[in-house]
Amino acid sequence: MSEFGSHHHILSVLVQNRPGVLARVAGLFARRGFNIFSLAVAPAEDEGFSRITIVVDVETTSLEQIVKQLFKLIEVVKISELDPGRSVERELLLATVRTTGDHRGQVVELTNIFEGKILAVGVDAITVSLDGHPEKLDDFEELLAGYGIVELQRTGRVALPKLDREARLRAVSTKSNQGKAG
Amino acid sequence: MKITGAQALIRSLEMEGVETIFGLPGGCILPAYDPLLDSPIRHILVRHEQGAGHMAEGYAHVTGRPGVALVTSGPAATNMVTPLMDAYMDSIPMVCITGQVPTNAIGTDAFQECDTVGITRSCTKHNELVMSAQDIPMAVRQAFHIATTGRPGPTLIDIPKDCLTNLMDWNWPTDEEVIDSLPGYRPNTKGHPRMIKEAAKLIMASERPILYVGGGVLKARAAEALRELAELTNIHVVTTLMARGAFPDDHPLCLGMPGMHGNATAITVMQKSDLLINLGARFDDRITGKVSAFAPEAKVIHVDIDPAEQGKVRRPDVPIVGDCKQVIEEIIKAIKDLQANGTVQADTGSWRSRISGWREQFPLSYEASEPGEALKPQFCLEQLRDNAPEGTILVSGVGQHQMWSSQYWTFNEPYTWVNSGGLGTMGFSIPAAIGAKVGRPDRTVWAIDGDGCFQMTAQELVTAAVERIPIKVAILNNSYLGMVRQWQEMFYEERYSEVYLSPEVPNFVLWAEAMGCVGIRVDSPEEVQPAIDKANSIDDRPVVIDFRVDAREKVFPMIPAGFGNSDMLLPEWQEANRGGLK
Repeated sequence: MSEFGSHHHILSVLVQNRPGVLARVAGLFARRGFNIFSLAVAPAEDEGFSRITIVVDVETTSLEQIVKQLFKLIEVVKISELDPGRSVERELLLATVRTTGDHRGQVVELTNIFEGKILAVGVDAITVSLDGHPEKLDDFEELLAGYGIVELQRTGRVALPKLDREARLRAVSTKSNQGKAG
Repeated sequence: MKITGAQALIRSLEMEGVETIFGLPGGCILPAYDPLLDSPIRHILVRHEQGAGHMAEGYAHVTGRPGVALVTSGPAATNMVTPLMDAYMDSIPMVCITGQVPTNAIGTDAFQECDTVGITRSCTKHNELVMSAQDIPMAVRQAFHIATTGRPGPTLIDIPKDCLTNLMDWNWPTDEEVIDSLPGYRPNTKGHPRMIKEAAKLIMASERPILYVGGGVLKARAAEALRELAELTNIHVVTTLMARGAFPDDHPLCLGMPGMHGNATAITVMQKSDLLINLGARFDDRITGKVSAFAPEAKVIHVDIDPAEQGKVRRPDVPIVGDCKQVIEEIIKAIKDLQANGTVQADTGSWRSRISGWREQFPLSYEASEPGEALKPQFCLEQLRDNAPEGTILVSGVGQHQMWSSQYWTFNEPYTWVNSGGLGTMGFSIPAAIGAKVGRPDRTVWAIDGDGCFQMTAQELVTAAVERIPIKVAILNNSYLGMVRQWQEMFYEERYSEVYLSPEVPNFVLWAEAMGCVGIRVDSPEEVQPAIDKANSIDDRPVVIDFRVDAREKVFPMIPAGFGNSDMLLPEWQEANRGGLK
């Protein structure tokens, strides 16, 4: 994966969990020419709602316009921009790596160093998993590449604001009457 | 009480106050047409679903109430895509109901199945596939609520056939239930008080202010408030294509339409202004020309109910998210407060005298035809205008005739101008005029059309004749796709590619007569007045006048695409005075 540059922003979008809502969000990005870097979606804490974590590439469009257009979707209830320095981010990586000769031991060692897990072992390949900060996953992926990655899947990041005193959730828009329009 | 989903649908529409539906039945929507027989709702049977959509738009334009279209699944739904997109671009409240194949057939490529909500997702403000008869009343309430509040727009409800035939317990959701069901939809109508004060201060301090008025003023029914603001501050007004009629054209402060084919004064005031007071307009590319060269010295106050319009094209100095009527009234109050505290408005005298100078030197004009020469389209419009009863509603298609209509008509009343601004839908005028006449049967409705546009949707004149909807149609027939011809003449070295329509066929008079209308052909200036008199005297059926006009006539002024507004092209006889636009 390419590095997480300054043109990327994390949006945490709370939506009503209704059929087609993901298609609406994805369709909006395509229609307005915005780039999605990664996207993760799953049910949120309240029944009937889901949280979509979108990492957007804003090299070409202003984040403000993306957020405003997104907020016009009827099913979007709340959008927060998460400052990477003030939020916790996690991602999961699965990789099958070629392990001929003495490479198996090296990959296992590497996985242990990163505190990853061995999920399956084959004659000449091994499947490992790692969850953690996306940058840690980047490092792990880079090191695995030297052995030959057969298949690799990452989930895209999920994020929540940090709980410490410093945590400042920059609420771009909220469910209250401030600026939500049709 | 148990009733069918179809009965619930029709009852829900009655509960929403619907008086007229434009539609055409078919397989999947069939069950809904049965209870319609017992309903007081008037159904207008169209000849093509696109017509139903544009009729609903025309109806909404002139009444302010949402237009309703009812059609079946598959091809009927895809035929609605153009009117939905048209309504979305021009913020027209409209509710479209489509039939869908039964729930157990969805996804099987059943006969007349299509992914209606998928296809219309990006051309509606919101859409919904109903999956149970029980959900129909709530879906209808949500659709009307969303279509008519905030920035208005089209909504669509897709209803599978079994949901129409299944039984349900009738229930009518309360306002609270509707609002609670839409936690992500809370339109903001009240402008921020601090921003309103800021706006008032800028207005009082500006020496070269201009009110840049868009369709939002009409949507908010803010014409009276606008007039009060303009008169209070003595600031001139430009009305965009979507806002014609929002401020009376015969008012001394009205400068008419700016933009690509605006008049020289309206274009120039924006370029020279130090303060654009944008009320419900969206800095459309047809207004701004090259954005980087647009109104370079102006600060901007931008009032729009849609926050996404703030800063989309031009970054405002004072953004105000809210309903135009409420915000204008608040600005007036804030200005009066400032005045009461001794603030004096900056001297705009020299600005106003510059404006008078431009108006005198650069009126809209065309070369009248010499005796024996071809008829001028602008002359036809002037004659139609001067013979139109008060309150006449003008509806146009898209192209040269649309621009001439906006330029040469005098709109003194709001909701008397209906056109396809954003999407530019050729063929809009005939069905939209029918919808307008249904909405306002007391008014004369003239559709101004081109011969290209007319051939796209003329079949709806059959609907008009059968349903006794006596609209009047003026075709400005130059046997060309005129606007494209103009661009080819000016920018493609007169290489005319695929723009010539036959002057022989169709025979528009015979065609009109075949559709149950009165057909009249006009070739020369002397025939214009008698033809209009005859058309105005007929009130029991539609009338079509085929005006054979000069194909060489071009729309001026013009700002070529991609150029800045200061590069405006004037008619030849005004070019010599160009220096006067300083």
